[in-house]
Amino acid sequence: MTAVREATRLLGHELATRLRTGELSAREITLAHLEVAERQNHALNAWLVIEREKSLDEADAADARLAAARADGPDALDALHPLLGLPVAVKDLVSVAGGQCTSGSRIIDGYVAPYDAHVTERLRDAGAVILGKTNMDEFAMGSSNEYSAYGPVSNPWDLDTVPGGSSGGSAAAVAAYHAPFGIGTDTGGSIRQPAALSGIVGLKPTYGRVSRYGIVAFASSLDQIGPLTRDARDAAALLHAVAGRDERDSTSAPVPVPDDLLRLPASDDEAAAWLEGKRLGLPREYFVEGMEPGVEARIREAVRALEGAGATIEDVSLPHTDYGLATYYIVVPAEASANLARYDGVRYGRSVRLPGADFIADYLATRGDGFGPEVKRRIMLGTYALSAGYYDAFYLKAQKVRTLIKRDFDEVFGSGIDALVAPTSPSVAFRFGARTADPVAMYLSDACTLPANMAGIAGVSLPCGLSNGLPVGLQFIGPPWSELELLRFSRGYEAITAAAEWRRLEPAQLTQADDATGPTPAERAARLAAA
Amino acid sequence: MTTAGAARPAGAALERYEAVIGIEVHCQLRTESKMFCSCSTAYDGARPNSHVCPVCLGLPGALPVMNRRAVELVLATGAAIGASTPDATRWDRKNYFYPDLPKGYQISQYDLPLAAAGTLTFDTSEGPFTVRITRAHLEEDTAKLVHAEGPAGERISLVDFNRSGVPLMEVVSEPDVRTAEQARRYAEELQLLLRTIGASDADMEHGQLRVEANVSLRRRGTEAFGTRVEVKNMNSFRSVEHAVAFEIERQAAILDGGESLRMETRGWSDERGETYHMRSKETSDDYRYFPEPDLPPLRVDAAWLASIRGELPELPAAHRTRYRDALGLSAYDAAVLVADADAGRLFEATLAAAPGLEAKPVANWVTGDYLRIRNAAAGPVRVDPAELAALVRLVADGSLNRTSARQVLEAHAQSGEGVEAIVGRLGLRQISDTAALGAIVEDVLAANPAAVADVRAGKAQAIGFLVGQVMKATRGQANATVAQAAIRERLDAGERA
Ligand SMILES: [Zn+2]
Repeated sequence: MTAVREATRLLGHELATRLRTGELSAREITLAHLEVAERQNHALNAWLVIEREKSLDEADAADARLAAARADGPDALDALHPLLGLPVAVKDLVSVAGGQCTSGSRIIDGYVAPYDAHVTERLRDAGAVILGKTNMDEFAMGSSNEYSAYGPVSNPWDLDTVPGGSSGGSAAAVAAYHAPFGIGTDTGGSIRQPAALSGIVGLKPTYGRVSRYGIVAFASSLDQIGPLTRDARDAAALLHAVAGRDERDSTSAPVPVPDDLLRLPASDDEAAAWLEGKRLGLPREYFVEGMEPGVEARIREAVRALEGAGATIEDVSLPHTDYGLATYYIVVPAEASANLARYDGVRYGRSVRLPGADFIADYLATRGDGFGPEVKRRIMLGTYALSAGYYDAFYLKAQKVRTLIKRDFDEVFGSGIDALVAPTSPSVAFRFGARTADPVAMYLSDACTLPANMAGIAGVSLPCGLSNGLPVGLQFIGPPWSELELLRFSRGYEAITAAAEWRRLEPAQLTQADDATGPTPAERAARLAAA
Repeated sequence: MTTAGAARPAGAALERYEAVIGIEVHCQLRTESKMFCSCSTAYDGARPNSHVCPVCLGLPGALPVMNRRAVELVLATGAAIGASTPDATRWDRKNYFYPDLPKGYQISQYDLPLAAAGTLTFDTSEGPFTVRITRAHLEEDTAKLVHAEGPAGERISLVDFNRSGVPLMEVVSEPDVRTAEQARRYAEELQLLLRTIGASDADMEHGQLRVEANVSLRRRGTEAFGTRVEVKNMNSFRSVEHAVAFEIERQAAILDGGESLRMETRGWSDERGETYHMRSKETSDDYRYFPEPDLPPLRVDAAWLASIRGELPELPAAHRTRYRDALGLSAYDAAVLVADADAGRLFEATLAAAPGLEAKPVANWVTGDYLRIRNAAAGPVRVDPAELAALVRLVADGSLNRTSARQVLEAHAQSGEGVEAIVGRLGLRQISDTAALGAIVEDVLAANPAAVADVRAGKAQAIGFLVGQVMKATRGQANATVAQAAIRERLDAGERA
């Protein structure tokens, strides 16, 4: 059993190798991950549903494909997708036919998706094992996972802290070895920020890179789907599986997905050498006031390490960064207010019917009861911003500022900078309740990530050490369609820090997470609130 | 076509007031699939909710994909009404809550319609009339609410999403219409135009063409617009005319009483012959339009537009003009042949079957007797164009009189038997040969000396009696015109003699 249990510590590409050599079967790998996920879900609450039977069926199908390929010879084995037979934690806003899709909300409770999202189809094509659906902030609105209708998620590094959000469940699950792969979505930082706070890799692709078909919409012009993994190579493999043009999403771009995503260097020397001569921009606006000194220290060390590996570091300015947050909180709620209008209790999900009332009263009751406070706040903000007489001053103006933010990036990348290097989050994981009382404090969690969403460009966060024992995230931001380059930077950074002490550390409270009799995240949050 | 309710003549109010009427028409476009998904639009008679998918049900995660054909049909409509089209347009979300609107917003077009500033010209009893068209834009249809009774006898509403997402074009006119007749004629002409270019089947009874009229009155001689009332639920062109006429009278009566009107939406009831209050419109709705982020902006390049223009068929107005000017048809015949596709086809085919045949009598036969026979028939009626041409020829050369020709056409339409065969079988061929009639004329003149004397004395009607006697003697086969000429000639000759 130890050997199998150790399987959960392996990276995706390491598991893929063992599957091909026959050292491990997909069923063994799936069982090992199921065992950890089921045991720790009491303490972490990372999963809203764990699909034991379905995932074992998928694992068996993967084993059958492996066996057939093995019989056909090495070429057939090589042709198999690197994700074949490997567990994936899928955020509960991705439609998986026959399963729930709550988007962290009570209002879609009971809804069973009748169709697969594009991402789900691609995972199935690759032969991946969908282990279950993960917890998230309601409709992806939040940066701590505390706005989930199904309770908060604990960060395995410190169970009294949040894993970040909104993809907090997928981040915690990947960090705690429940799955080597996680699917998240990022509208303002919802992949990168939880990746940073949970000590893993998270990539937000260029807008249009991954089809949004079947993903519960939050803010349609910013939402992107991306990987959460424990290293750059796994992130690249998962992106490769799900990216590409899909006719069903008119905003998905007909841009080829580079197969080199599957060939990131295994050798540290080769990966480090790639950094030589690359030009990295250090945007001064991202070193925001109120940034934790420990975070800034880790980022500066990382920058020095990159410089030491032969990259040139240049100070750059993105002058409209300061307007990003205000602009974001007009555009995003505006789109969300329309996207969430469909949850009216008429066709699916929660429905409150008041005897003798008209349908408007039923709508008010259904939505009043089904949505949480943060969602209501954003619907109100967005409705206001779009109202007659306010549209020009808010929404239209915000769209113009958005153009300026995008132009800042265009100019920097146009000047020959290959990528920007910046902090992902100004702080490490914070305690439950620390920011829920002050929405603006929560919104500031995304100050360094949301500009990339506003501009529609790519960004990746990866671990760069600890501050006060908690992970710090380093962010690379690149021009549109630069995912491969960003992952090469990430892989290069992994290579030059391969010997670092912090790389060998596991999340500090995994042992406590094993305790199925201890407090749940909700109980921890309540205890902290009372203190 | 009768005009608005005899009980409420529309003319009375219009002496004191001028009616200012704008018309909004929603029409379902003729496409294979829905506006933003691949569901079939052929849902007529289908089981409720059998033509649905995640997109037209508004399921979480579903995304729209534009139906290019629907865009082309609106562009074609725009070209047909002489409207302009922007180089780039986009989709907007129109936000409101209603159970028939699955997403809580309708994908529509706000400030950049696919067609803007066109016109539609049509004939009325008072001559040609032109209405300016503000815009035509594309949007998606809503689902259909069906009101029913629940198990406990309670009133429930069911939703059928088969119609949800069907491409819908909204055509908005300027407030140029002044009478109920113009309102009806505008809607009829628009229907004809849409059918001609293949944009829509535009069947009112099937809800493919929905007409709403915004009616207000102002005292003659004043400029300011009165309070506007929106009238809907008109299910036929007749209803349009009746409803507008009723509404003009209703509003006039209120204004005459010194009261003021309120902004409201009223429905039309065919049974009661009146409009009724549906809902108030005290405040203007705020639909919070904003650009649809799920769809990229739509570029209409010149080549695309040119190819759509190039494929337009002859439009009704040009068609009517050609019939009048080139073929010499009456305005009535031209209008009927253009409006009635079946009649128009028979007319064209008959001319094609008999080169050199004069168009005018063919048109008369088609718009007169053919339509009478067709409209009275229980089933489909088939008239062979070559046979109709033969019939017209026989009448033209005097071999067949009108009465007999009608009989022959009816027999042909019923059995398909050839015209010549029918004429022969029934012995209907007219005696037009003066020589053949000469002996009979002689006999008739000899037998009726009193009538002959009357004619000679200048009593014109007496010649009719003599012609009648010739007809009687030939059992109706004499060509009356030839017979009269023969009588006249014989008597003139007798005088000279
Ligand atoms: Zn559909």
